[in-house]
Amino acid sequence: MKFLDEYRDGDLAQKLAAEIHRVTTQPWTIMEVCGGQTHAIVKFGIDELLPKHITLIHGPGCPVCVTPLEVIDQALEIAAQPEVIFTSFGDMLRVPGSTTDLLSVKAKGGDVRIVYSPLDAVKLAAENPLREVVFFGVGFETTAPATAMAVYQAAQKKLTNFSLLISHVLVPPAIEALMSSPNCRVQGFLAAGHVCAVMGYEEYFPLAKKYRVPIVVTGFEPLDILHGILLTVQQLESGRAEVENQYARAVSRAGNQPAQDLIKKVFTVVPRKWRGIGEIPQSGLGLGAAYAAFDAAKKFKLTDHRVEEPAECIAGLILQGLKKPHECPAFGTRCTPEHPFGATMVSSEGACAAYYRYRRHEFTNAK
Amino acid sequence: MCLAIPGKVVSISGDDPLTRMGKINFGGIVKEASLAYVPEVIIGDYVIVHVGFALSKVDEAEAQKVFEYLKQMDELGDLTEGEK
Ligand code: SF4
Repeated sequence: MKFLDEYRDGDLAQKLAAEIHRVTTQPWTIMEVCGGQTHAIVKFGIDELLPKHITLIHGPGCPVCVTPLEVIDQALEIAAQPEVIFTSFGDMLRVPGSTTDLLSVKAKGGDVRIVYSPLDAVKLAAENPLREVVFFGVGFETTAPATAMAVYQAAQKKLTNFSLLISHVLVPPAIEALMSSPNCRVQGFLAAGHVCAVMGYEEYFPLAKKYRVPIVVTGFEPLDILHGILLTVQQLESGRAEVENQYARAVSRAGNQPAQDLIKKVFTVVPRKWRGIGEIPQSGLGLGAAYAAFDAAKKFKLTDHRVEEPAECIAGLILQGLKKPHECPAFGTRCTPEHPFGATMVSSEGACAAYYRYRRHEFTNAK
Repeated sequence: MCLAIPGKVVSISGDDPLTRMGKINFGGIVKEASLAYVPEVIIGDYVIVHVGFALSKVDEAEAQKVFEYLKQMDELGDLTEGEK
């Protein structure tokens, strides 16, 4: 496939890796922000091509993983109501809430449906005027334009039986929260290419400056990731801390203007709790005042209750790059994708699931 | 959710910019996507699609850069080897 296969060429990957070896003179710790990148790194064994003293740590960029337990519980509560058609991306169905998951609610007769696009949910609402259609709006800046359009079109169509359970999150505030933590070991970032395709990368200039870290906007294919790492190491070795764009074939500095415009129109920036990490100021999107009628939490009069994570799960530490999945005592034994304790084991973009899928044998043999 | 691969726009329907849809071919699998956010896109362009929305057009010239870089590296390598 064009724009795909050529970025997976093994010989060229070796060449980039050799160049990284050549320019690296000392240990560096680099975080890839996005779960999609984590997945590619583990799948293609990119970390194994790197010099030993380059450490990649996996960031919080898995929207399924960071959706707070409280919100999952709210989803479960809404989905169980008889008049509701609860729609969601497939990844969310097996995320454990405090007692159950959406798939079990569905098995017990809840009308839970997987949709590919939020617009499918709007369509369902138009076709089923006597039912309440709720869409579970999660994700980063990559899915926000789709959710924004769904709400906007529902408003235009004057649908009163459509609403949104929203838990959208934003990447730059999370980077800021990580960098300002005293435990932070990250010296350079690979920023998530597709997030920047929407938002551009203006927001990263002040971050690179304030924390003196190189931030390289990076794509998702093996050559992209290796190239992103090379650019980051070159900056670190020469003492620079700049914003660079490795993924210029899909990302422009200003991003996608029409998408940003609609996000601004429909949403407002709010504080948001991240599962395993805690509340991060100004790190989420909620519905703006003009669209408040589409807020499922208000419509179903849900209360915000606080719940605790299972004690054994160290997903929070993993999401902050402080631990690797195989360091979790439950990894691959009590916690597997079939019986996940934490969301990082559920989502295909979660670090625990990526390690389970591609690295399990190494670690279980080693144990 | 954030993973997306580039696909080729094979047809476009609708004139209203807000509801313009395209059929996108991802290596043989054809899916519909909204083109609301990429008003400039025409048939034959490659786009990156997220949850039913094309969010950016793949820039062909930029797409070559990493390969050009690798080629330059090769040429430099040849030069320095020649000097030895
Ligand atoms: S392996 Fe399971 S229990 Fe351990 S951190 Fe990952 S999701 Fe949590």
